[in-house]
Amino acid sequence: MLQGRQSWVFVKQPVIISTAVVGGPFEGAGALAQDFDILYEDIWLGQASFEKAEKKMLEDACEKAIQKAGLNKEDVHFFLSGDLMNQIISSSFAARTLGIPYLGLFGACSTSMAGLSLAAFLINAGGAGYVLSAVSSHNSAVNKQYRYPTEYGAQNPPTAQWTVTGAGAALVAANGNGPRVTGATIGRIVDLGISDPFNMGAAMAPAAVDTIKAHFRDFNVDAAHYDLIATGDLGKVGHHIAGDLLQEQGIDIPPDKFTDCGLLIYKKDQPVMAGGSGCACSAVVTYGHLLNRMRRGELKRILVVATGALLSPLSYQQKESIPCIAHAVVMEREGD
Amino acid sequence: MSNQQNKNISAAQQQYQQFAKEREPKRPVLTNCLHAFIAGGLICTLGQFFQWFYMTYFNFTEITAGSPTQATLIIISALLTSLGIYDHIAQWAGAGTIVPVTGFANTITSAAIEHRSEGYVLGVGGNMFKIAGPVITFGVFSAFVVAIIKITIQKLGGF
Repeated sequence: MLQGRQSWVFVKQPVIISTAVVGGPFEGAGALAQDFDILYEDIWLGQASFEKAEKKMLEDACEKAIQKAGLNKEDVHFFLSGDLMNQIISSSFAARTLGIPYLGLFGACSTSMAGLSLAAFLINAGGAGYVLSAVSSHNSAVNKQYRYPTEYGAQNPPTAQWTVTGAGAALVAANGNGPRVTGATIGRIVDLGISDPFNMGAAMAPAAVDTIKAHFRDFNVDAAHYDLIATGDLGKVGHHIAGDLLQEQGIDIPPDKFTDCGLLIYKKDQPVMAGGSGCACSAVVTYGHLLNRMRRGELKRILVVATGALLSPLSYQQKESIPCIAHAVVMEREGD
Repeated sequence: MSNQQNKNISAAQQQYQQFAKEREPKRPVLTNCLHAFIAGGLICTLGQFFQWFYMTYFNFTEITAGSPTQATLIIISALLTSLGIYDHIAQWAGAGTIVPVTGFANTITSAAIEHRSEGYVLGVGGNMFKIAGPVITFGVFSAFVVAIIKITIQKLGGF
């Protein structure tokens, strides 16, 4: 229910009864390989195109999540999904395969938490018994659409980020065992005039800060309330800027509690410049790594702030700056 | 960013851009230049070798050897691109691999491979000059302008 200006409290505490994350070979060589349900050896997944490969990953993640919960597709009431492709084709085509009533979402890389907050809202309001929320991204498909061909030899600047190849799905239910979704804060667009698509971290950092501030204000809490606050895909550059911005605005988050999914997913020696990005970045790290830590009891209450850069190749070429957004979701371990 | 552009953004935006800029890692310009010099130099040396090769073992002159030399470099670049190696070299070499003819071959080959999934006509045919297109367009146009200038000067009795 509405809390403050732009947040929801989920009094019935919807449960994430299962999650599934899948990833490509580069993610398999990353720092969180053990948290993936499926790791593919080939970025093509045996498909004829990168777009089809992304759709396949999303389908696999969704089917795995449903299977892990011991349910059938017919049991799931709604499917909320988004991705980075034009007209969100990966999601819509996966929804065609799944046959679950579907709402497509676009929030760029913030879609994971947009979907999860809406799923929790639907469950909390009694609008559904089971809602599947998923996202996907594919490095080569994204490069093809937003940047250059995969094999094109352009030199990336140190502020560039590496789009995660993967998909993450969370099945949210009214009852069951698992981490609970207790609150969410919906972000507003923040655009401080950064227009360089090779510097998404700096573009998105103010949006993350805006949403974190709004969240603390709406719930009347501070960083001490959480064991971990993780942003979606700010990378090294954006994480540094967000930390300094928060401090400047008088919000103190201890460095050991403040992290970024784009920093966690890859190993230090992988050539990802400033870190990971893409829809799947926050989804695979949250649904895989962070929820696993929560299930093991290492974390009790976390805040995930998924950040999205809402640009298109067209808007960039027309010299528009990058509108950015961030959505925050609170997840708590059951029984605490 | 030029002052012209700065006028169109608010004070808050300007302030943030300064704030962000102070925290961004700079492009390592000197290292990049050095890498580009080494890589570009090596490619030119390789080209020189092919020119010598075609002149020594085949009946090419210094001028006519240019064509087979370029063709050889283009084939090597296209092969490295299709094997997925060229982009990794380019991340290190930067301008060193973009400026020589190998870079041009890479733009066309990579776009052709990328858009194969949309078919040969609309995919490969329609997209292979996506990145190389501007170079060709403005290359031809500049040649045209220079030619006009040359002819005008000649007609006026110059040179």
